[in-house]
Amino acid sequence: MDVMKKVPVREQDPKVRATNFEEVCYGYNEEEAVAEAERCLNCKNARCVEGCPVNIDIPTFIREVKERKFEDAANTIALSSALPAVCGRVCPQESQCEGKCIRGIKGESISIGKLERFVADWSRENGFVPKAAETKLGKKVAVIGSGPSGLTCAGDLAKMGYDVTIFEALHEPGGVLTYGIPEFRLPKQAVVQPEIDNVRKLGVKIETNVIIGKTVTIDELMDEEGFSAVFIGSGAGLPKFMGIPGENANGVFSANEYLTRSNLMKAFRDDYDTPIAAGKKVVVVGGGNVAMDAARTALRLGAEVHVVYRRSEAELPARVEEVHHAKEEGIIFDLLTNPTEILADEKGWVKGMNVVKMELGEPDASGRRRPVEVKGSDYTIDCDTVIMSLGTSPNPLISNTTDGLDVNKHKCIVADEANGQTSREGVFAGGDAVTGAATVILAMEAGKAGARGIHEYLSNK
Amino acid sequence: MYPILKAEKLADKIYLMEVKAPRVAKSCQPGEFVIVKIDEAGERIPLTICDYNREEGTITIVFQTVGASSEKMSHLQAGDSFHDFVGPLGNPSEFVKEDLEVLKNKKYLFVAGGVGTAPVYPQVKWLKEHGIDADVIVGAKTKDLLILEKEMEAVAGNLYVTTDDGSYVRKGMVTDVIKDLVQNQGKKYDVCVAIGPMIMMKFVCLLTKELEIPTIVSLNPIMVDGTGMCGACRVTVGGEVKFACVDGPEFDGHAVNFDEAMKRQQMYKTAEGRAILKLQEGDTHHGGCGHCSDN
Ligand SMILES: Cc1cc2nc3c(=O)[nH]c(=O)nc-3n(C[C@H](O)[C@H](O)[C@H](O)COP(=O)(O)OP(=O)(O)OC[C@H]3O[C@@H](n4cnc5c(N)ncnc54)[C@H](O)[C@@H]3O)c2cc1C
Ligand SMILES: Cc1cc2nc3c(=O)[nH]c(=O)nc-3n(C[C@H](O)[C@H](O)[C@H](O)COP(=O)(O)OP(=O)(O)OC[C@H]3O[C@@H](n4cnc5c(N)ncnc54)[C@H](O)[C@@H]3O)c2cc1C
Ligand code: SF4
Ligand code: SF4
Ligand code: FES
Repeated sequence: MDVMKKVPVREQDPKVRATNFEEVCYGYNEEEAVAEAERCLNCKNARCVEGCPVNIDIPTFIREVKERKFEDAANTIALSSALPAVCGRVCPQESQCEGKCIRGIKGESISIGKLERFVADWSRENGFVPKAAETKLGKKVAVIGSGPSGLTCAGDLAKMGYDVTIFEALHEPGGVLTYGIPEFRLPKQAVVQPEIDNVRKLGVKIETNVIIGKTVTIDELMDEEGFSAVFIGSGAGLPKFMGIPGENANGVFSANEYLTRSNLMKAFRDDYDTPIAAGKKVVVVGGGNVAMDAARTALRLGAEVHVVYRRSEAELPARVEEVHHAKEEGIIFDLLTNPTEILADEKGWVKGMNVVKMELGEPDASGRRRPVEVKGSDYTIDCDTVIMSLGTSPNPLISNTTDGLDVNKHKCIVADEANGQTSREGVFAGGDAVTGAATVILAMEAGKAGARGIHEYLSNK
Repeated sequence: MYPILKAEKLADKIYLMEVKAPRVAKSCQPGEFVIVKIDEAGERIPLTICDYNREEGTITIVFQTVGASSEKMSHLQAGDSFHDFVGPLGNPSEFVKEDLEVLKNKKYLFVAGGVGTAPVYPQVKWLKEHGIDADVIVGAKTKDLLILEKEMEAVAGNLYVTTDDGSYVRKGMVTDVIKDLVQNQGKKYDVCVAIGPMIMMKFVCLLTKELEIPTIVSLNPIMVDGTGMCGACRVTVGGEVKFACVDGPEFDGHAVNFDEAMKRQQMYKTAEGRAILKLQEGDTHHGGCGHCSDN
């Protein structure tokens, strides 16, 4: 075995997986995991730990894997993360823990994410259960939203002994993990559900179908229902559209709608009632992770799929692994191309999209080279479905109904990074609701910070 | 789980249910709606709140069977439960927030079409409770499809019923009644609220624009989450794209692009048609042959 190289991970064949919703990556088995763990140098000042937003003690858990003490490894990870099976799958490891790994300087970094996933899957399959708090503090905390930030904050507070209730607007908990990220990257029944159940086993109650700001307000929670503090982890779910002509034609969807129909409402399954207009030729506009997920979902529903993105491949914001998987499966990339109009037939259905070619000019404020139109390069792409994946912003429902809660010009809640404190006493916030659309692990980090902040606040009260 | 306390058939294809949902009943206002889900695999179905009882913690909904899901819902009985019941969603009717003294000087005309009578009812009732008598026009295709007549009579200032086929009270469309009231009987209205099928709202708006009566409509586009997350419910109002679930569902009717809204409502007709076939004919129809999936 070449110690400079990662132990390869087995994946479903691209041709086969393009037609099903089963997980793409099989993960390591025990032998593979131990072999990969043996490559780790067990560094004293392990740089990988700095790269992990929740500072998992990576060298220790990897050593425990090497020694086949998988339960110990699970305990080590549980000290820092409540959702290891999720993070091991969807964290952008290449730019975090693995990006900092010493091994990565000369060879390939350790597959930290895949090892974390292995430990999490092992402990689930072997019935490992996290410990609930022994002391109860007798104080109630409300958490709004059951995405990664809310789940993490709730789990940490419950471990400290607080009586925690999560309020979730949708009928299923999990946030983007449930409604956004597709089954083939993050299985719901097998992976997400058990991690949420683990948070429940810590004593956290989850009340679904409650929209804070509509069903009940933050003030009512604090004044009438006896909650001493509130954490807002409501995410950034409001989809953007381009504002081009024809965007309201039938067959134009936001990525959120398309993915929600498929993931949350399980439209891809025959035994669920919600319909989805799968499309025969689908154009996805955008180049991020969400665009890749929408494209690969449409592909699995049987469509020919084009991703239209206005910059070049180097600027694609999606993870390299996702782009690679998408290409393998047969997604066609129309780069340096920008939509100008969506064309509809007389019944209002999409029949095509006018686009214009772009070239890269001077760098803009984001440091990326700005795309500019190539005059006279317009052409029409035939298609019956368009999925807009242009990013999302926080939903103003909560800020509009909570007096004294400051938001910035992007409608993001203003909160202290270190402890989640907002402009309202007793109200904390974190995750996408504060930062705008980011990542699972950053949302979890913010959930942890919020739990610390709430504990400090309630201890001094 | 949200238990159904009462289930009643009001007319052909129209059902009323009273559902225990204390949190919704505590906070809801006229004009708002709920989303219900029958079981684990069910669709999220938006329905306007037709009545509420804060003490009992109950919400009344009235719905018409149009597709597979509402058909399935019509088989639920008292004692059964909804798997999910979330709300209130959307914004309350504008008058709820208005100054009562200003409101008392305004003359309201409500125009209800078919099952739209249900969402009109809580609004008229609210006004009555606040000492304001509104005129109400209720239109139905035929006598047997008329719903909530007694209830409406109890809260309306004047109630004008009309049937398309003349089988009850008078023959004609709701628009004929509006013309009659304004042009022949010399009635003046400051605000018209029209709720019913899109096509009815469209024609009411064309008329009230001519008559210069500001008009509010309640739009019912296709929805998924109802919280502003998916954009399925987008409608164009005054040239701007709005999400009906969070910006509405009530809008200035004279600014709504009804033609677009009506086209968008047809979006799942074909797909849903297949679902109905599956429901009616069991395993004989899957729609999976690839020949009937043109949509
Ligand atoms: C399709 C897609 C793919 C992604 N892929 C990746 C990936 O591969 N890797 C990665 O790291 N990140 C990925 N992300 C980003 C990541 O999922 C998010 O950054 C993360 O989920 C944010 O967590 P959160 O807890 O802040 O919010 P969310 O996960 O958005 O959860 C917020 C929850 O709050 C609920 N809520 C909102 N308002 C209210 C209210 N008023 N009352 C009650 N509840 C409310 C919402 O329904 C939701 O359940 C992806 C995102 C999407 C959409
Ligand atoms: C804010 C709002 C309030 C509503 N209030 C009421 C009410 O009080 N009483 C009542 O009978 N109906 C009401 N509706 C309409 C009701 O939600 C639809 O009739 C119902 O969803 C149809 O479902 P279906 O599967 O039986 O029928 P189908 O029409 O066969 O459904 C096909 C698909 O289209 C969607 N759909 C079709 N028509 C509509 C529509 N008009 N509105 C929303 N989605 C639609 C469904 O979700 C489904 O996915 C309301 C709709 C909205 C948006
Ligand atoms: S949580 Fe994410 S960043 Fe941290 S070790 Fe795991 S994969 Fe790496
Ligand atoms: S930096 Fe790399 S080699 Fe060193 S402890 Fe971390 S994972 Fe192991
Ligand atoms: S129903 Fe999803 S945004 Fe309105």
